[in-house]
Amino acid sequence: MDGFRIPIGQHVDSLVDGLQEHVGFVFDWINDVVYATVMGIESVLLGIPFIVFVVITALIAWKLAGKGVALFAIIGFLLVNNIGLWQPAMQTLSLVLTAEIITLLVGLPLGIIIAKHKGLDNSVRPVLDLMQTMPAFVYLIPAVMFFSLGRVPGVMATIIFSMPPMIRLTSLGIKQVPNDLVEAGHAFGCTPYQLLVKVELPHALTTIMAGVNQSIMLALSMVVIAAMIGAGGLGSMVLRGVQRVNIGLGFESGLAVVILAIFLDRITQGLGKKKQEF
Amino acid sequence: MDHKVVVENLVKIFGKNPSRGVELLQQGVAKDEILSSAKLTIGVADVSFHVDAGEIFVVMGLSGSGKSTLLRCLNRLHEPTAGKIVIDGEDITAMTRPALREFRRTKIGMVFQNFALYPNRTILDNVAFGLEIRGVEKDARQKIAQETIELVGLDGWENQYPSELSGGMQQRVGLARALALDPDILLMDEPFSALDPLIRKEMQEELLRLQEKMNKTIIFITHDLDEALSLGDRIAIMKDGWVVQLGTAEEILNNPEDEYVVKFTEDVDRSKILIAESVMHKPLAVALLEKDGVNVILRKIDKHGLSSILVVDGTHRVVGGLHPEDLVRAKKEGLSIKDIPVHEVSQTLLSTPLRSLLEMSSDTAFPLAVVDEDQKLVGVIARSHMLAALARRGVI
Ligand SMILES: Nc1ncnc2c1ncn2[C@@H]1O[C@H](COP(=O)(O)OP(=O)(O)O)[C@@H](O)[C@H]1O
Ligand SMILES: [Mg+2]
Repeated sequence: MDGFRIPIGQHVDSLVDGLQEHVGFVFDWINDVVYATVMGIESVLLGIPFIVFVVITALIAWKLAGKGVALFAIIGFLLVNNIGLWQPAMQTLSLVLTAEIITLLVGLPLGIIIAKHKGLDNSVRPVLDLMQTMPAFVYLIPAVMFFSLGRVPGVMATIIFSMPPMIRLTSLGIKQVPNDLVEAGHAFGCTPYQLLVKVELPHALTTIMAGVNQSIMLALSMVVIAAMIGAGGLGSMVLRGVQRVNIGLGFESGLAVVILAIFLDRITQGLGKKKQEF
Repeated sequence: MDHKVVVENLVKIFGKNPSRGVELLQQGVAKDEILSSAKLTIGVADVSFHVDAGEIFVVMGLSGSGKSTLLRCLNRLHEPTAGKIVIDGEDITAMTRPALREFRRTKIGMVFQNFALYPNRTILDNVAFGLEIRGVEKDARQKIAQETIELVGLDGWENQYPSELSGGMQQRVGLARALALDPDILLMDEPFSALDPLIRKEMQEELLRLQEKMNKTIIFITHDLDEALSLGDRIAIMKDGWVVQLGTAEEILNNPEDEYVVKFTEDVDRSKILIAESVMHKPLAVALLEKDGVNVILRKIDKHGLSSILVVDGTHRVVGGLHPEDLVRAKKEGLSIKDIPVHEVSQTLLSTPLRSLLEMSSDTAFPLAVVDEDQKLVGVIARSHMLAALARRGVI
């Protein structure tokens, strides 16, 4: 047995090479779309006057999560601006938002499909487990191989890391719709599409929003790791603080991440609760 | 006229390769045995019956006897394993998916035991659900929904959510949701079982009140004999997937087919079955054919405020009835009661069920005469008595 080593690494290598060779255009396309999205969102966030941004986010926070969170948003963002981290904070926000949009676009349909096919559920579950337990650093390697360095591989690594809860909770939400509600839908002549949009999704919304919340939190936790492959933003400020043993900078950048995280967390939680208030 | 719903040799078996079970059933193997030997569950075993338009057909049986399965085959929420279901001449079992959806959207409504209301929709949107699925425009469907909400007595609640309503009210919503589609057929799976007894009674009355207006064909499931008796035109009793007896309430009570049915009927309060004796009144006054003259009879009528009077002979047997107008004329013209017309009066025995009486009394100005075995008059039933009695027991 000793002499033989199963060449897992080799196989992964050749798989990646093969993909790049044969379907490289797909990666190019993905690269373009993701890049355009990140930069688009970033230029909007940085394009609007700071004070307008604060007012808008405070209003959103007020509407969805109450006065306290609105006040927190105002003070938090003023602080981030004050310590000179506004630009990296907005870069990070646009990265997280882009990752979340794609996570939603992919995770929601996948979650629905998995909920509807029991067989699929059994085969996807271990993959999701693997995705979630694999150290996040590992995602940097394929991200770099396919998309080199910069924002796009940062977004891609973030997406892979934050996708599982989106899929899991969507599928859970759909499966949790009480059987008699589904049966009533059928009894009234729903098409499968009507059943999904008028019965299942509305009922699963709270759980799905919990998925959105969790995946955003995971995306934020990837900020520093993604910065290692050039994703920029607050992550790179943290890294700079570490490299230069600049505790002050590291702490300030970390604080800005925390402020963003709390804001996004309360907003998405509020969204889930709002919809649930019947 | 053709029957509204015809079910022929319907079989529903759960499990892998259910057609194997059909053979076993035909060989007469019992449900338990089929389950243990073939791992198949008999939901409905070879059931045939029909339901007429406007009828309330009740299916009754213990839990697990196959009632829900039978009902769900009628709109194919369960795919029948074998047999045929014909509604309005159309074979439901042969319908394509789109045809089936259309059928569910227009012809057949369903009410569920646990209401199955959508918690995130208002009452109005719950009631409008079926119309929304049918593709009716928002304004139109909300208008219909609003009218239906009023019909079931819930106006003012349309903007609340189901969780804000009591159980009884929620089931009114469930009923309204089905009625909003104006379906010919209503399937109701133990709709009142989750409600407490008083509310339950109230809902039964409500259903009968609505049914009088709408005349739907209703297939109603219950495990409660009292409910079956007060609602059902006919009752089918199920056991282990089979229909063991089918008939009117009287037929089933008087002639229970087997032990299982007897068990059901034993604890029924017999007074709930209304018979002539239980609703008749003592006659306030009668005209004695041999003795009374015109003036005496008129005085009797006057004193008791009667609108007509029965005439009996010396042995107290009913001869017929007299109209006051005829008596007044006789008095003016100096005639005797032998000279004025004595109208025929319907007679009935003490034990006749009220159901049959309703039909008898509808076309006569005289009350029904209730007589004993010797044909002696013992009571009268005015049509108003009958209705009052029925209403008191919550039958109408
Ligand atoms: N979806 C199902 N899968 C397997 N067995 C079922 C299913 N639905 C009902 N059954 C079985 O069919 C039989 C009849 O059930 P049901 O129609 O629900 O009875 P009831 O409504 O009279 O209580 C029971 O033995 C039940 O376990
Ligand atoms: Mg049942």
